[in-house]
Amino acid sequence: MARAATTTDAFNAVAEPRRREILDVLADGERTVNEIVEMVGLSQPLVSRHLRILRQVGLVRSRAMGRNRFYRLDATALQPIHAWVTEYERHWNERLDRLDSYLDDLQREETQ
Amino acid sequence: MKTIDRTGTASVTLPSDTEILITREFDAPAELVFDVWTTPEHVRNWWGWESDPMTVCEIDLRVGGTWRFVSVNEGFGEVDFYGEYKEIDRPHRLVSSEIFAPYPDSPALNTMTLEERDGVTTMTLLVQYETQEARDATIASGMESGLQHSLDRIDAILAGEQGRAS
Repeated sequence: MARAATTTDAFNAVAEPRRREILDVLADGERTVNEIVEMVGLSQPLVSRHLRILRQVGLVRSRAMGRNRFYRLDATALQPIHAWVTEYERHWNERLDRLDSYLDDLQREETQ
Repeated sequence: MKTIDRTGTASVTLPSDTEILITREFDAPAELVFDVWTTPEHVRNWWGWESDPMTVCEIDLRVGGTWRFVSVNEGFGEVDFYGEYKEIDRPHRLVSSEIFAPYPDSPALNTMTLEERDGVTTMTLLVQYETQEARDATIASGMESGLQHSLDRIDAILAGEQGRAS
């Protein structure tokens, strides 16, 4: 199965644990680079590099305010991943719904 | 006795990079759910789709015993799963390996647990892969979606975003 390059694909971009940590931090609200550095305990150049990749795949947006730049999560890029989980869930729901109605049939037979 | 319509209530979460957790409640005793999960005559009634007949349904329910489920799908061809039972604690817990035939090098370890309370049995099905790649590749292959990676806190992040948006 084809695999997209890290910097162009949201799935690969979030495969990196440190980038997920940064996303988790941003899920709670807008942050500056310095705040992120403090919260994830990585060096500033490293955080900036991760932020750049996350911005390239559209998972993170930024805006300048005065001398500060604020970064925030843009969850729309996560929609494909969400769709994947949803599809898997649908698959298991169909199977377990069948199991459910089969159990129901068995128990009804038993009481007759 | 069935009192609640539980259609579509199974939930899927990703507790870590290598795991998938499926949870569902049933209005039936744990003993019966366990039987229906582990007896071929029963499994044939719910595992496959009506349009995908099961051609093989073998269960040798003892530690070290094997299982194999094969069904035939018009689009995919043979859908062949097999594995070995590792731990059996009827009707509470069943641990087995699972291999999807096209990916023999990406085995999963499945832990099924049943907890009965007031006539309702909660099933959890934890699927653990050795690596994140194995998890994503195996599942993506059956999904046609071709999506490779997932996010362990995806649900929390999306829920947080949706909560804020609304």
